[in-house]
Amino acid sequence: MMAPSYNAKEEDGHQPGATGHGGAGTMTNKKPDNTAFKQQRLPAWQPILTAGTVLPAFFVIGLIFIPIGVGLFVTSNNIKEFEIDYTGVDMSSPCYNCSQSYSWNNTQSCTCSVHFSLDQPFESNVFMYYGLSNFYQNHRRYVKSRDDSQLNGDKTSLQSPSKECEPYRSSDKPIAPCGAIANSLFNDTLELYYIDPNGSRTAIPLVKKGIAWWTDKHVKFRNPSGNNNLTVVFQGTSKPVNWRKPVFELDPLDSDNNGFINEDFIVWMRTAALPTFRKLYCIIQKKPNNMTPTLPRGEYILEVTYNYPVRSFDGRKRMILSTISWMGGKNPFLGIAYITVGSVCFCLGLVLLSIHYRYGKRNNSAEISS
Amino acid sequence: MYSLERPVRGQSSSPKDRLGRKRRTVVSSLTEDEELTEILKSYSSNKVTTTKYSFLSFIPKNLFEQLHRVANIYFIFLAALNFVPVVNAFQPEISIIPILLVLTVTAVKDLWEDYRRHKSDKFINGLFCEIYSRKQQTYVDQRWQDVHVGDFVRLSCNEIIPADMLLLYSSDPHGVCYIETANLDGETNLKQRQVVRDLPQQGSELTPENFHSRIECESPNNDLSRFRGYMEYPSKARVGLHNDNLLLRSCTIRNTETVIGIVVYAGHETKAMKNNSGPRYKRSKLERRLNVDVLWSVVLLVIMCLTAAIGHGLWLRNLKEASFLIPDTTSPALSGFYLFWTMIIVLQVLIPISLYVSIEIVKLCQIFFIQNDVDFYNEYMDSRIQCRALNITEDLGQIQYVFSDKTGTLTENKMVFRRCTIAGVEYPHEENARRLEVYEEDEAMGCSHTLKSRASAKSLSCKSLSCNRSSVSLHTLTGHSEGEEPPSPTLPQQSAFSSPLEKDIVPDPFLVQKLNSLSSPLFLLKDASMELTYIVDFFMALAICNTVVVSSPNQPRHVQVPEVSCTPLKSLEDIKMLFQRFGLPRFSTLSPPHTTESPRSFTRRLFSRGKAHGSWKGEENKMLHLTLGACSGLGNSNGAQGPPGEPGADELIYEAESPDEAALVHAARAYRCTLQGRSLESLLVELPGMGSLAVRLLHILPFDSTRKRMSVVVRHPLTNQVVVYTKGADSVIMDLAESPKGAEQSDGRQGHIREQTQKHLDNYAREGLRTLCVAKKVQTSTEYEIWLKRHAFAETSIENREELLLESAQRLETNLTLLGATGIVDRLQEEVPETIEALQRAGVKVWVLTGDKQETAINIACACKLLRSTDQLLTANCGSKVSVILLFKIICPSSKCVPRGEAAEGTSGFTLVVDGRTLDFALQEDLKGDFLELSRRCRAVVCCRSTPLQKSHVVKLVRDQLRVMTLAIGDGANDVSMIQVADVGIGISGQEGMQAVMSSDFAISRFKHLRKLLLVHGHWCYTRLANMILYFFYKNVMYVNLLFWYQFFCGFSGSVMTNSWVLIFFNLLFTSAPPLLYGILDKDVSADTLIKLPELYKSGQNSKAYLPSTFWLTMLDALYQSLVCFFIPYFANAGSDADMLTFGSPINASALLTILLHQVIESCTLTWLHVLVLVGSALFYFSFTLVFSVVCVTCSPPTNPLGVDKLQMSQPLFYGVCALTTVLALLPRFLFHALRNSISPSDTLKAALMDQLNPENYCRRMQRWNQTQAQSKARGLVINVEDLDFKIPDFILPKEL
Repeated sequence: MMAPSYNAKEEDGHQPGATGHGGAGTMTNKKPDNTAFKQQRLPAWQPILTAGTVLPAFFVIGLIFIPIGVGLFVTSNNIKEFEIDYTGVDMSSPCYNCSQSYSWNNTQSCTCSVHFSLDQPFESNVFMYYGLSNFYQNHRRYVKSRDDSQLNGDKTSLQSPSKECEPYRSSDKPIAPCGAIANSLFNDTLELYYIDPNGSRTAIPLVKKGIAWWTDKHVKFRNPSGNNNLTVVFQGTSKPVNWRKPVFELDPLDSDNNGFINEDFIVWMRTAALPTFRKLYCIIQKKPNNMTPTLPRGEYILEVTYNYPVRSFDGRKRMILSTISWMGGKNPFLGIAYITVGSVCFCLGLVLLSIHYRYGKRNNSAEISS
Repeated sequence: MYSLERPVRGQSSSPKDRLGRKRRTVVSSLTEDEELTEILKSYSSNKVTTTKYSFLSFIPKNLFEQLHRVANIYFIFLAALNFVPVVNAFQPEISIIPILLVLTVTAVKDLWEDYRRHKSDKFINGLFCEIYSRKQQTYVDQRWQDVHVGDFVRLSCNEIIPADMLLLYSSDPHGVCYIETANLDGETNLKQRQVVRDLPQQGSELTPENFHSRIECESPNNDLSRFRGYMEYPSKARVGLHNDNLLLRSCTIRNTETVIGIVVYAGHETKAMKNNSGPRYKRSKLERRLNVDVLWSVVLLVIMCLTAAIGHGLWLRNLKEASFLIPDTTSPALSGFYLFWTMIIVLQVLIPISLYVSIEIVKLCQIFFIQNDVDFYNEYMDSRIQCRALNITEDLGQIQYVFSDKTGTLTENKMVFRRCTIAGVEYPHEENARRLEVYEEDEAMGCSHTLKSRASAKSLSCKSLSCNRSSVSLHTLTGHSEGEEPPSPTLPQQSAFSSPLEKDIVPDPFLVQKLNSLSSPLFLLKDASMELTYIVDFFMALAICNTVVVSSPNQPRHVQVPEVSCTPLKSLEDIKMLFQRFGLPRFSTLSPPHTTESPRSFTRRLFSRGKAHGSWKGEENKMLHLTLGACSGLGNSNGAQGPPGEPGADELIYEAESPDEAALVHAARAYRCTLQGRSLESLLVELPGMGSLAVRLLHILPFDSTRKRMSVVVRHPLTNQVVVYTKGADSVIMDLAESPKGAEQSDGRQGHIREQTQKHLDNYAREGLRTLCVAKKVQTSTEYEIWLKRHAFAETSIENREELLLESAQRLETNLTLLGATGIVDRLQEEVPETIEALQRAGVKVWVLTGDKQETAINIACACKLLRSTDQLLTANCGSKVSVILLFKIICPSSKCVPRGEAAEGTSGFTLVVDGRTLDFALQEDLKGDFLELSRRCRAVVCCRSTPLQKSHVVKLVRDQLRVMTLAIGDGANDVSMIQVADVGIGISGQEGMQAVMSSDFAISRFKHLRKLLLVHGHWCYTRLANMILYFFYKNVMYVNLLFWYQFFCGFSGSVMTNSWVLIFFNLLFTSAPPLLYGILDKDVSADTLIKLPELYKSGQNSKAYLPSTFWLTMLDALYQSLVCFFIPYFANAGSDADMLTFGSPINASALLTILLHQVIESCTLTWLHVLVLVGSALFYFSFTLVFSVVCVTCSPPTNPLGVDKLQMSQPLFYGVCALTTVLALLPRFLFHALRNSISPSDTLKAALMDQLNPENYCRRMQRWNQTQAQSKARGLVINVEDLDFKIPDFILPKEL
């Protein structure tokens, strides 16, 4: 018995006997219109959920979800990911010394090298992330502390940033970019070297462009217009308190990557959802017409210019290398969840089947007990 | 009290001063006196504005009114809170959107309502009437709004009266004018109004210029039936003004060509407007329950906010210098405190903001559907159901006790003369009884294919239903069942009292014989009997002792002016002779037969006999002679049976204030005692064998409820004596008919009649007839003179007029001679037994509260199946409190053995019958507990001889003590208090005016409509609303918890992972339409099935759809769903580079899908409308976010959504997360429904399953259901009867202990 069925008996009925309505105003007839809508007889589908009717749904869900889950799981497993913590909490850690002397305004930069090895080669494009833990980029007041119109190149906002930026609104001159988010910009520099089996270091080219969203780079973030010389544009503003360089000198190598449209800056400004997060640092593009993997198996050195203090709040800094697939980064959870839900549904389907045989018959045989 | 202190002009009386007092002075508006003109100007004009707002005042006033609601204040508080910098959560403007939206929706609703009022005001104010203009020296057309106090208004026939005015002139020679008050109280009969007495210009048309009198009257009030004041002529003579002189606004002038009046109250000061109180507002049970749960939501909100506040404080304390923290000197504790308020803003949605508005909208739509139900349409009266209270629709689905009036509610209130007793002889009117039965059958035949079937037990069986299930649906047929005749388009109102059933009374042959002897040529005076006098007097009384207005249909609403020159049957000679013989000695039975005497003179003597009674025995023999002798004459004269007399007599239409009167006049007419016309001073009556006689009408002492009788004083046309005819309630008349001590001779005779009549009356009552006694009294001229003097004083007195008139009437109505009594049958309305049975099956206890006699009440209760033959009748007629206590003490313990559950179910076979006196004791403080205990164990309770006050006391007692939902239904003014007290008051718009309707919440035209109203609409409204409310709570908790879970990952800082516009709109726009539609259109079981299976109603009674447990279960489910909706995206994004909005996007989308699909699981029906709204909501959300993410470049900081959703929706992972989340979130509820429905389905569900079967199976199933129901009932009954057998044998207490 399939419960959802159109009720044939409830079809719209304009009764032949219903005289009067429409009889143009000879007498005021208050008789209500006998229409399906007004008499609440609209044809309706009545889904009644019983074991019998929901059975197929469970099996169908099970049968769809399990393959999807397997697919997701396999995809996720094919993604290669490498992660290394370079915070320098342990005495043994190479960055221990750097982490001890933290200060935003340290002119002396501290560098440390972290050795690691990749067990598997990384093919195709490899994405390099920096990861922060226990860093609440989603704190309400932190999130608010920015001025979107300033970042969009609005000149008045450049000169008088939004109040939300307080206390990073102005030092003596208005700060550009203002606010706590910009002020806390991640300023470690990461460099990656491959150590050939023969011992020589090869710098791996890190592409710093193309890491921000297209809409952010081209629509949301814009340098104030009027002059191609950013130094002139940003005249009359001061750099954020914690910054070492003004905003128009963020990328000394690429003049198009400066000012508000600096991609590292843009990436940072997209505040992370959770206190443990990663942000794209650069892309290691696969080698053209070469069969060797982007990152072959072997020893590597991560050269860190250690600037960013996290130890004060028990934060952690990580470097992550990862390939990605159509479903993004490595995440086995979704695949497992799909498989689990799919199998639970399938099992429930079986349970319902037995219930349907026990009770469904009774209902069908119209034995109604009060 | 109105004081008569004479105002001294020029002293003390500035206009303000006069206004301050409880009276007003009115003079002609043509007056030259400045001061008086001032006074007139100070009265309000006739322009009516029922609108609440004007163009300018709308916004401030509406805002002010809305701000009085607690919910609105809360949201304004929240909006204001958001402007405080330390706690604000969103941009300030965003948080005022919800409250703005709610205020706007409400304002638009108010505006629309106000606009409709404005339109109707404009129409009414723009009507034209003729006002006297000084300039043009004539009456000119003016708009109603330009009518002022003191203006002279001329009206013609059929015009509507624009303001309350004093009648100064009528084209009627007697200075009378008739008005119809249908617009005011729905009574369609004509009422007579009189020109102010002793007006100088009486007769000729009034010239306003010459009107210099001054009118002093009461200040405006709402008492429709009272008006007092006096008019002072220039000569300083005064004349009292009464209600009879006042023409009320919105009544219609009938039967009078021209009327002139002076306006005394205008516009809002008129009595009609003062009586106009808008719709009623009650708070429904569900809403009270809802408010409790809103409070729970508040508690929940506070708990959540406290958690966040404490969490934030602790988190801050453990945090040392963090680069993401904004340097601040605020201590963690203070930050926590600020955060508390921030969280309240963030989580404000938890309190269902739009719920109250939504409920109002849903109820309006539910009312729309109720009003449009074709089954409630009464073709005969062309009326539908009226919903006067707009916000208690769902209470209809929870009724546990129904208190019903009897007359006019269970019965038609169409009185039909059934039988009578005259002078102690009973005339059973067998033919008439047969006619009534035949008529009923005819009516039943006409609609035999409907549900209507006499045998109620079978009526619900499947056989009778099968036909209409497959071929014709219910609603098409019921409309015809009450049609006694198709409504004639020209005379829709007149037909109210003139159905053939009431008109064509079949006379009793025996009585006709006796009467015929009057006119028959064979008539001999020697046959003349004492009894015949009684008979003629009896019918005379029936014909004239009333206030019936006679008119004929071809001249609608034109009173038949009596023509005294009407052709009498006997020649003038006879009449002359008659008057010559007037001086003859009194008739005596012993006198030799005067064979030569004409019948006419005999009659005269009959009437003259007043109190001279002969011996009864002797006459009986003579009567036999008479019978034999008259036999031959019977055939032809009686054959016609219809009302005899001149042609055209047939077309007389009687309009009476009460249906009883009409019935009696029709009865008299059947015996050719026809009332042909009425004017102020005379009546035209046709008597058998005598032709038309003009009877001089001296006084009418109208009916009132304290006297319980009415009288007319006439000058008898034949004897010229002053005769008083009285008719009234049997108890009263029987007491008044006590003979004076002196007249021993007649005592035996009268005593015999009284004894016999009493016996017959008891019989009538047992048969369920309404009884009335008729009596007469002959006044000697001296007696009359004395009385007249004092009566005239009473009439003219200005103070205490009512009291004096009452006293005067009581003085006259003594020493009456009992003539006889009538039994009037009041037929049950159609489908009453079925309706009552259905209500009882639905678990509703039905009480009948009536003012009728006990026997009548029991009889009717039996007839409408309230009492079953197997029932044990407990009759309580106690004369003293002690006996009542005793009664309860005896019954209560013994009936305690009846298991409580069963008793509560009403399956026990007890029916309690209580009379008014006992009720009085039972309602006392110390006994009411026992009374309730007892009545709760009874299946039904009948209270007879109860006063309106008692009725309302009983309802109140049950409502308050048992805490149940009560419904009172009635049709008359005596039910008003009961209707107002009950949770739901239902008025029946019937024969007795509109008072009950005016005070009711719903007005229906037939009792049977109650069945569909409760079982179908009540059930639907309740389940719909309950489900909608639950859904609203679910929706809010589910969504708000998503935000709450996020707090654990953002340091309890009050961050949200959604764009704030989306957040605010989520509840207001994206998910608000589906629940509304759900609340309006959802249908768990079809109407057919709900009617056939009244047991389904019980789910509403027990509040099954909205129990506290259901509420908490829903909350739990919401909690689970929000956990799923949050944590699946969380784990899918954990550690990734997702930003806040990217993280929130799948959460929002899956929450939306979950919420919408949850709706689909919960709803029982899906129509194209549902699909449209559901799909529309989803599309709206996705398109909104998509467009927003493209367009919004710098807007809505700090949650600027640019690019987020566009990017998300292009990624497969987004859909993967949404699908998984939605499925997992809905899984438990889906499973729960499936398992519950399979393993232990509820009755409602079984019925819904039945709905899906094909008609054949449906029928079989329905039959089986009803069988099992009957079986279970029988089982219950058997147990009780066994208990009864040894505990209480048939228990009827003696009247007095």
